[in-house]
This record gives sequence, C-alpha cells and structure tokens, in this order.
Amino acid sequence: MIFTALVVFLGGTIWTIVYSFTNSKLLPRLRFVGLDQYDRLWSTPRWLASIENLFIYGILSLILSLLIGFILAALLDQKIRFEDTFRTIFLYPFALSFIVTGLVWQWLLNPDFGVQSVVRSLGWDSFTFNPLYDQRIVIYGLLIAGLWQGTGLVMCLMLAGLRGIDEDIWKAARVDGIPMWKTYLFIVVPMMRPVFITTLVIIASGIVRLYDLVVAQTSGGPGHASEVPAKYVYDYMFAAQNLGQGFAASTMMLLSVVIVVVPWAYLEFGGRDRRV
Amino acid sequence: MSNPATLAVTAAGADAAAGMMSDPRGARPRKILSRRNIFIYGTLTVVALYYLLPLYVMVVTSLKGMPEIRVGNVFAPPLEITFEPWVKAWAKACTGLNCDGLSRGFWNSVRITVPSVIISIAIASINGYALANWRFKGANLFFTILIVGAFIPYQVMIYPVVIILRELGVYGTLTGLVIVHTIFGMPINTLLFRNYFASVPEELFKAARVDGAGFWGIYFRIMMPMSLPIFVVAMIIQVTGIWNDFLFGVVYTKPETYPMTVQLNNIVNSVQGVKEYNVNMAATIITGLVPLLVYFISGKLFVRGIAAGAVKG
Repeated sequence: MIFTALVVFLGGTIWTIVYSFTNSKLLPRLRFVGLDQYDRLWSTPRWLASIENLFIYGILSLILSLLIGFILAALLDQKIRFEDTFRTIFLYPFALSFIVTGLVWQWLLNPDFGVQSVVRSLGWDSFTFNPLYDQRIVIYGLLIAGLWQGTGLVMCLMLAGLRGIDEDIWKAARVDGIPMWKTYLFIVVPMMRPVFITTLVIIASGIVRLYDLVVAQTSGGPGHASEVPAKYVYDYMFAAQNLGQGFAASTMMLLSVVIVVVPWAYLEFGGRDRRV
Repeated sequence: MSNPATLAVTAAGADAAAGMMSDPRGARPRKILSRRNIFIYGTLTVVALYYLLPLYVMVVTSLKGMPEIRVGNVFAPPLEITFEPWVKAWAKACTGLNCDGLSRGFWNSVRITVPSVIISIAIASINGYALANWRFKGANLFFTILIVGAFIPYQVMIYPVVIILRELGVYGTLTGLVIVHTIFGMPINTLLFRNYFASVPEELFKAARVDGAGFWGIYFRIMMPMSLPIFVVAMIIQVTGIWNDFLFGVVYTKPETYPMTVQLNNIVNSVQGVKEYNVNMAATIITGLVPLLVYFISGKLFVRGIAAGAVKG
C-alpha cells in the first residue's frame, strides 16, 4: 500500500510535469509543444494576478502570523493563570476547515449586516470597511480570515519552542539586568532559530496551497481580484477543459514549494545522520 | 443562617487566596494588579474575544429569524430564539436540484471518514513500525521520499489520480474518495508512527526477538499496546483532516456523494434564491461541529498532533 502511495506520488507528479509540455485540452494527449503552455501561462493576466495576490497574501501572512503567534506564545509563557483556557481559545479555529472559516468571515464582513453596518449604526456613518466587494482590499479580507484560522498553530509551535529554552538563560539575563524585551529579541529568538525555520516552512507550504478559503469566502472575486494559483489550476483542469494550462500552472506550484522546502530539508536532514 | 453554598464559596475563595500567597515562593512579592499583569491579561483577553467573536456570531445568527437579521446587527443576541434554521439546514436546504439538506453530506462524510481513518492508520502504523525497527535496504531513501511527498502540492497529482480512479471504475464514488484519503494520508502518518516507534528502546525490541516473537508478534503484543497515545494523535489528525477536506471532495465526487464541506459551500454560495443567512450559519456550525468536538475532547493530544499534522499537503 505504501508503495502504491509512492508510485502515485512520484508517478503522478512526473506524469503531470510531462503532460505540461503538451497541448492537451479536454483529454490528455502526448503532443509536445515545448514551453508553449508556460509562455501562455505567464502572459495570462489572471495567472499574473493570482501570483501577485499570493505574494501579498503570503508575505503578510508569514510576517503577521509569526509575529502574532510569537507574541501570544510569549505572553502565555509568563506563568500565567488560565493558560489552558487561553490556549484552547486561540487554537480552536485551527480545528475548523477553511470552508467554515471562509463562510463565517464572509458573513462577518458582509457590508449590509456585518462589521461595517454595525460601526455605522454606532454613529460613524462614513465608516467603510468592505473588503469582500472592493477589488483593492479583498486580499486583506482573506488575510483576516486566514490569520484567524492559522495563528493558533504558530502560537503552539512557538510555545513549544519557548518551553524548550533553559530556565538558566532567563536567570542569567535577569542577573545581568537585561530588560525582558531585549532578552527575547537578542537571546531567545536566535536560540529558537530551528523552531522559526520549521514554522516558516510549514506556513509557507500551506500558503502555496491556499484554495478552500478563497473558494468559500470570495470565489476569486470581485472580478479576478482574489484569484490564487491553486484555484487557477482547478478551474483550468476541471472547468475550462484546458488541461495543459492546468498542468503547467500546477508544475509552477510544485516548483515554488521545491524552492521553499529543499533548502530546509537540506539544512534539517542533510549532512547529519540522525533519527529525526 | 448562612446558607451552605455561600460558605463553600468563601472557603474556596480563602483557599485560592492562600494558594496565591504561597505561590511565588521565594521570589519578590507581586501585586495582583501590577501594570505587567494588566498588560498581559488585558492583551490576552482582547485577543481571546477576537478569536471567539466569529463563533459567537455564528451561533447567534443561526438562532435568529430572517426578519430580525435584516433589522438588527450581527452581534446582537437573538430576541426570539428559533431552531427553525437548524432544522432547515439539516433537512431542507437546497444544493442545485436536491433539497434534502446537509444531512446527506453529513452521512457521506461519515462514510468517507470512518473507513479512511481506520485503513490509513492501520497501514501507516505497520509501515512506521517496519521503517523504524526492521531496517530494510533503502529504508532511508524511502523515508526521504515520504518527507518530500508530504510537501508536494496536491494540485500536481490530482489529475493522474482522476485517471487511475476512472480506470478502477471508482471515480465519483465514496470508495474512490476513501482510497484517495488513505493514500494521501500515508506520508504524514507513516512519519508520525516511525518517529514514535524509533523512540522505543531497542533493547525491548531485541528482547522480544530473543524470546522468539516475529514481525507481527512484536507489533501486536508490544508496539501497539504501548503506543496508544500516538494512535489517538494519528486519529485526531486524520479525522479532522479528512472531515475538513474540500479539494478531494470537489474533484473526486459527484453531487450525490459530495462530502459535507463541498455541500456546505454549495448551499451558502449558491446564487439562486434569497440568501437565508440564518440557515447558512446553522449549516456552517453543523459542519464545524465534528472537528470542534474532536478538538475540545482531545485537548492536549490535539496540540501534540498539530505539530506533526501541519506538514500535511
């Protein structure tokens, strides 16, 4: 069975890459056209928009979820009461699917009933926060939902990292009179480098696959303002009956994951022979 | 006469106070309302409220009638509690031509999740055991491929799998989806089990071999009984992962066999008819209920599972 899995993974991946060089439309055909599909891909406005969206979403989501996750973990690590309660609350969205997340936030950001209308009814009539129907800021609407769902995970990974820091380090820093924020910034964070890198890889590979959230929350709209690569792949393979384009786009996705993962895997597993 | 309840409360209060006083043993005494504490608890509480807000809004919206939703704001608690939207979401909501509610999707999801979880965990645990303890030729290469496999985006593999399923004659059926989930759950679960079994002391394994236990004997009599927690962790990862899956559901099933997430998305994002926000929110909660239950029941084990499960493609 596991061999079947490997055959499917490797075989399937290679198959897709090979067919991305063909002009398959409705059915896969082995008529090679070189890099044509890639040429077309990179001159399609929708693909370029998808890539741009993914970049904005990805960079902001990486920075913010690491930052918020770390701060929450640091706050929880102050030997506080109700730690379990807080942790349970921060993490529960992670148990929910992206579909549920997307639909809830679609409702909360609904311009007629949600946040915007509530703030307006409080007296601030000109308040405008309508990300789901505004092309310029729709990606931030997705970001809010994505962060709500995913920060708990980062917090948990960070908290585990913080718990791994030796108590003596803290004592030594206190004896030397180093303020707490400096201890965090210059001693603890550098010590947690491996945790940060692993978290980074996990978030990054999740971002590349961003799909369900977009489908549920915005369906890629308004216009093509919140399209992402994974949705492009799906639409071209199963709706537009343009398999070659879908294969080329998915190969690009694979490439981006490889760029993220391979250096990490090399750092993590290469060179040293140890049981993970 | 003071009543016993008050007494108990005062006693508990005194206890807590005593606990607080003796707590920071040795360190300098702290004021409870220090600036530091206000900052920490204040921040955490505000963030916690922000995290709870969507859940709260989901629940109150699902308990309101449509007229109330149109006039009120989303945060107001319902004036008149009605369970009508829940009933409608479960039994009458429409997706396309079918109007039998989410219940169909729910049972489809159950019929997908249960066999997939059992089969994939059974296979993955045996694989992990074989990888950790019976080092065969190429075990390391195998392991590397598994790690890489966990990161490959699914989009690269979905089409070839469509062809395979079509050849097997199970495309669009629940069986097909069970096979897909089993295969794609393999890398992460095998990794999980391998890492766990690798931490079991080798002496134990050697002793069992000296006593004449074989591959299966060791697995069933020694490894399995002592690794129950990891089985639970794997189950948590698989149940939430498979239940929450959308991509495979939408690619490999037909409207009659849609899992719950796909059906939910179709109900809420359907463009025809008047939008019934209360029914939509009720449907959303019902879909989220299973993973939420798993989460609240499993507690710490869930936390342990996510660190491993997060790598899942």
